[in-house]
Amino acid sequence: MWREFVFWLCAAGSVVTGVAVFRVDSMARATFALLASFLFAAGTVLLVDLTYLGILVILMMIMEMVIMVVFMLMYMMNPAGLMPMTMVHNQKGSLAIAIGTFAVLATGIYLIDWPTSSAPQPEDPTMALGEALMGPKMLMMIVLGLALFATIVATVVLATHRGRYDRYGDRLDRDRPDDPVRGGVGR
Amino acid sequence: MVETTAWGVLLLPVILGLFAVGAAAFDATLAARAAGVTAPRSAALAPLRSAAGLLVQQRRRTLAADTLLWRAAGMVLLVAAVLASLVTPLGHWAVGDLSAGVVWFNAMEIVAWAAVWLAGWGANSTFSLVGGYRFVAQGLAYELPHMFVLTTAALGAGSLRVADIVAAQQDLWFVVWMPVAFAVYLLSVLAMAFSGPFNHAVSGDVAGGVLAELSGVDRLVFLAGRWVLLVSGAAMAVPLFLGGGAGPLLPDWLWTLVKTALVLAALVWAGRRVPTIRMERFEEISWMVLIPATLLQALFVSLVVI
Amino acid sequence: MSLQEYLLLAAALFSVGLYGALSQQSIVMIMMGLELMINAVIVGGAAFWYFTALDRPDGQVVIVLAITAMAIEMAAGFAVTTAVFRARDVDMTDMAADLKG
Repeated sequence: MWREFVFWLCAAGSVVTGVAVFRVDSMARATFALLASFLFAAGTVLLVDLTYLGILVILMMIMEMVIMVVFMLMYMMNPAGLMPMTMVHNQKGSLAIAIGTFAVLATGIYLIDWPTSSAPQPEDPTMALGEALMGPKMLMMIVLGLALFATIVATVVLATHRGRYDRYGDRLDRDRPDDPVRGGVGR
Repeated sequence: MVETTAWGVLLLPVILGLFAVGAAAFDATLAARAAGVTAPRSAALAPLRSAAGLLVQQRRRTLAADTLLWRAAGMVLLVAAVLASLVTPLGHWAVGDLSAGVVWFNAMEIVAWAAVWLAGWGANSTFSLVGGYRFVAQGLAYELPHMFVLTTAALGAGSLRVADIVAAQQDLWFVVWMPVAFAVYLLSVLAMAFSGPFNHAVSGDVAGGVLAELSGVDRLVFLAGRWVLLVSGAAMAVPLFLGGGAGPLLPDWLWTLVKTALVLAALVWAGRRVPTIRMERFEEISWMVLIPATLLQALFVSLVVI
Repeated sequence: MSLQEYLLLAAALFSVGLYGALSQQSIVMIMMGLELMINAVIVGGAAFWYFTALDRPDGQVVIVLAITAMAIEMAAGFAVTTAVFRARDVDMTDMAADLKG
């Protein structure tokens, strides 16, 4: 019974704050509305006994949103929403597409005869996940690792405007790099 | 074995609050002694006096402040700091014994990122925002070593459940064979609670940083949250590295309290002794020294476990 | 609590995210829409694991995949935004439409 109640609370909260992301003027509020939406969604994940993944979502999303808010403010011309303005294009079309998508999905959800499972719940879902990732799903884990590594390299290359020639000179023969900020390990 | 208790929900905030007041009093005493005050006893009461003063102080207003986010910052910090201790066992009792307790603890500590930034943003004041950005900029340098250290302790026990980690230290405390992890843990606890040598977010060179415009009850709640966060971190060191409630003669809950008090006192003392570390310096130390050191420690532990 | 209700929540989150991704002009706001859509995947993965395949960890693996996808999307998105902004001082998709055929 209480699960039912908590689920609907989380579901309503998640959708409402999700809509609020695109309704509020202030970028800080938009980011933290998105964070609230994620936290409510994590609540529904916790409800189905996925303790580890639910908490992991909470952890990751707080970190991501705090980093995101920095970029939000950096690249927005009106970050605090002190001057009313809109930055949308084709709003009616987008709204129609979104509502249409929801209608199609909802119809499908209630028309399809979903399979049910009578399998017993694993004693420790986290252990099951770990064994899957290190066993039959190893390939996915490897690909994820590679993708993350490629992301690190690609993002640094894209975002920085200084390369090794700026740091070590044109012949790469400087002993210590010429950085705008000195580091802490005596270089 | 750790058992969960319902009444602990009421007791936990009280214990954390007492520890926080004690830590603040100790900190004030150290400050007074460093300043050459002859009556340190009255200095120990200074935090309580200023708390009472803040309770009746009128709120300072700033132009076009984002009041909702600003107020939320202190509340969120305090609540998350208390919730972080939800999984910390006191002797053999814990309020909640989550199967991913270590991750929960870390998630609640991370809330401090959001809270400090929000406190800086909400005031619509330059110095506040600078303070908030200072904390976020170093966030990963604080968090990554912290995360690896928590992982190391969990690795040693083969479980994310705090009770299992305590049980795994029956014979040998983790601090003995994971000294690097323990040291980095204490360091990052200080950093996550933005106190001691990591207090850029609230330091004097930006007029108090995120605290610059906070006043009255809001300031009290925020400062209380910061102290409770430090207490929560210190308390978690006991089950993670110091064998939980294990010890001779005394009952296990008393041992937990004694160990927590010792760790907390050491942290506060170190925070007073060590000057503030420059941000860019710690950033590089963290990435170039601490993260590799914690990774090597984790490798060592996993080799031993296998 | 049933599979249908969970999937309905996922569909709602997906649609809200889709609206955001389509209607917003700023790159950062578009990314918020995308994140909401991936969030729907997380809810859906959890629901499918719990209600249809408790004995198989595939649903959980999907969640891990979605979380990683989110992190990659955000990092890559901000890197591109930074590069575009540095090159020509814009943060709107409409002004970076060089490849439009």
